[in-house]
Amino acid sequence: MGKLLVENKTIVTPGEELAEGMDFLPAEGTFRDKDKIIASGLGLVNINGRLIKTISMAGRYIPKRGDTIIAKVTDILMSGWILDIASAYSAVLSVKEAKDFIRRDADLTKYYDIDDYIITNIIRVTSQRLVDVSMKGPGLRKLIGGRIIKANSNKVPRIIGKGGSMVSMIKQATECSITVGQNGIVWISGSPEKEIIVVKTIKKIEQEAHISGLTDRIKTFLEKETNKKINIEKVE
Amino acid sequence: MNREQKDYILNFLEQGVRFDGRKLEEYRPIKVERGFSENAEGSAKVTIGNTEVLAGVKLSVDEPYPDTPDGGTMMINVELLPLSNPNFEPGPPGIQAIEIARVVDRGIRESESIDTKKLCIKKGEKVWSILVDICPINDDGNLFDASTLAVVAALQNTKFPSYNGNIVDYKKKTKESLPLRKLPVSCTVIKIDNYFIVDPTPEEEKKIDSRLTVEVEEDGTLCALQKGGDKPLTAEDIDKMVGIGIEKSKELRKFL
Amino acid sequence: MSYTKRNDGRKFDETRPIEAKVGVIKNADGSAYFKIGKTVAYAAVYGPRGIHPKFLQNPKNGKLRCFYNMMPFSSMGERVRPGANRRAKEIAMVTEKALLPIIDLIEFPNSVVDVFIELPQTDAGTRCAGICAASMALADAGIPMKDMVASVSIGRVDDKLVVDLDYSEESYEDGTVADIPIAVISRTGEISLLQMDGKLSREDLKKAIEMAKQACSKIDKIQRDALKKKYEVKNE
Repeated sequence: MGKLLVENKTIVTPGEELAEGMDFLPAEGTFRDKDKIIASGLGLVNINGRLIKTISMAGRYIPKRGDTIIAKVTDILMSGWILDIASAYSAVLSVKEAKDFIRRDADLTKYYDIDDYIITNIIRVTSQRLVDVSMKGPGLRKLIGGRIIKANSNKVPRIIGKGGSMVSMIKQATECSITVGQNGIVWISGSPEKEIIVVKTIKKIEQEAHISGLTDRIKTFLEKETNKKINIEKVE
Repeated sequence: MNREQKDYILNFLEQGVRFDGRKLEEYRPIKVERGFSENAEGSAKVTIGNTEVLAGVKLSVDEPYPDTPDGGTMMINVELLPLSNPNFEPGPPGIQAIEIARVVDRGIRESESIDTKKLCIKKGEKVWSILVDICPINDDGNLFDASTLAVVAALQNTKFPSYNGNIVDYKKKTKESLPLRKLPVSCTVIKIDNYFIVDPTPEEEKKIDSRLTVEVEEDGTLCALQKGGDKPLTAEDIDKMVGIGIEKSKELRKFL
Repeated sequence: MSYTKRNDGRKFDETRPIEAKVGVIKNADGSAYFKIGKTVAYAAVYGPRGIHPKFLQNPKNGKLRCFYNMMPFSSMGERVRPGANRRAKEIAMVTEKALLPIIDLIEFPNSVVDVFIELPQTDAGTRCAGICAASMALADAGIPMKDMVASVSIGRVDDKLVVDLDYSEESYEDGTVADIPIAVISRTGEISLLQMDGKLSREDLKKAIEMAKQACSKIDKIQRDALKKKYEVKNE
C-alpha cells in the first residue's frame, strides 16, 4: 500500500521524498526513484488523486506555444525583429507575422522600434528553443505609454486569477489599464498614485500566492490602499 | 527608451512623483551597519533601498611615495561584483568601477579626511597604507552615494592592528582609530528633461540626461564633483543641482 | 602530543554555528547566505540565460558556470589582491563538479546558469561554505534539481579526525594536519567533492567520509529549512 510522506500544499525542496509505493504517479516537478516519488525542484506539493506534482515557486519563463506575452524589441533584422521575452531565449517576429502587409524595402522601425514593448503571441518553439511570435490576433499590439514591471512568471496564474477575476478586481479598484503577459511582464497605465498601488498589489500576490485566502487578503489590501469598497459582484 | 516612454515618465515627474512613489528629492530608506567583518581593520555595510554595498579597510605598513616621504597612503578600489547585477561581468574593473572609485577617492582626499602625516611611522621609510575596497552585493542604483557612505563609515570603524616596529600583528587590534577629520558626503543629482531627482533606481539611471555627483563637507564646502551623462548642463542647472546636493547631504550626514 | 581538546571547545564531530538564508540578493534569480563560524559566503544565481560567445553554447544541454571570489578585505592579515588567481579558478572548477550531478539543465539547451560565490569574510572552509550557499541559491532560483548538496571539511589534526576545521586548526603547529573538503549529495549519500591536503591513512579516509556524511546531513536540514522559511506565512 502506498504512503504519502508530505501533506498537500506544503513547500518541498529538491530531492525531498513525497510518496512511497507504486500507487502514486509522478507528474510535473517530480520523478520516480524505485518505489519513491521525489521532488525535482523547489515547489508547492499538489496531490490530485494518484497524481503527485510540485508547482514551481521560482525560475525564469519557459516559452510555450500559444502563450500571449509582453516582449521588448531589442534589435531589428532584415526581415523582422528580435525580442527580449524575459526568458533564457529571445524570440523573433518576422515581417510576415506583423499585423499588416509590410513591403520588402519598408523601414521596420516605423512599425516597431527598438525599446518598444509589444503584446504578442508565441506560435512556435523548436527543440533548440528558437521562438517565433506573431501579431496576428485580437489584442496583439504595440503598447503606448504606461510602465512595465517584471513579475515572477510562475505566479502569473495567481495574478490573473480564476477567469481573470484577480486582475479584474485590481483594475476595478485602481481604474488602471493592466495587461499581464504569461512571461511575467506586466504593463500598467493609469494615474501615478494608482499605478503605485497596482505595483504593490502585484508584489503582494507574488509573495503570498501559495497561502490560501489570497483573494480576500488582496481585496482588503486594495480597499485599504484606495479607501473605497470593492463590489465583488461587479467584478466580471 | 522611446519617446512615449519618456513622455510617460515626464508626466509623472510633472506631478511630483516617481515610479516607486517617491518625491523627486527623496532618498530610499538608508541603513548603515558598522563592523560586519572581524578580519578587516574596518568595515561597513550600507543599504539604500535594495542597494547593498560592503566596504572593507585593510591596513599595512609600506614605503611612502617619494614626493610625500612623511605621509601615509590611501587607495580606494571598487569591484563591481557580477553577483550584484546581471550586467556586471567577471574580470578586472571596467570604466564604471574605476569612475566610482576615483570619485569616492577624490571626496576623501580633497576634504583631507585623513590626517596622513599621522600615518607616518618613520619618515621616508615606513608609513601606514590604507586600502579600501568597495563591493556591492546588490546594485539597485545609486552606487556613487552608497559607496562614499560605506567608505566613510568603514574608515570610522577602523582600528589599527598592533605593530611592533617590525611586523604587523593582525590578530591584535588596538583601540586606536584612524586620524579622521572632515568627512565628505556624496549626493548624486540626476537631470531628466527639466526635472531633478536624487537617489536614482537603475530604471531611472537608464533615462538620465545628465548626472552630477556632489561631494560636500559638513559646512557645505564642495570637495569633489563629477558630471556624468551624455547631455550638457547649463550654469543654472549646475547651481540648482549643487543646491539640492548640499541640502540632501545634511540628511545623509546623520548616518555618520 | 595529542590533540585532545579542540581550540574553540567544540566536540570532534561538531561544526561551528551555522546561519543560512535565501533570497538575500534581489537582483539575482536565486541567492543565499551561508555562515559557518566566521566564514561567510554569498551565492547568486543568474539564469538560465543566453551565453556569448556562441562557441560556448551547448546545443544539447544547458551549461553551469561557477565563479569563486574572496573579497579583498576578507582575510585576517594582508589585503587579498582582487582577480581570479589559480586557486580561485581551481575552486570554481571543483565547485562546478560538486553541483553538476544534482542539476538538470536538459530543458535549457544553449543557455547558461551562472553561480557567483563571494566571500566577505574567511576563516577556513570557504569552498565548502560556497558550495552550501550555491546549492541553496540554485534551489531558490527554481533550477530543476534532483537533490541538494551540503559540504564540510574534515580535518586530521595530529591524531584526531575533526569536523569543520577552522583556521586555528588548519594552522595547528604542534602536529601535522590534513584538510579534506567533502561534498555529499543529500539523498544518495554520494560524494561530489573530495580533495585532500596533507597526509592520511586509508582507514582515516573511510572514517572522514563517514563523519562528513553525518555532518552534511545536519547541514542539509539547515539548508532546506532556510528555503522553506522564505515561504512561511507571515502573521499580519
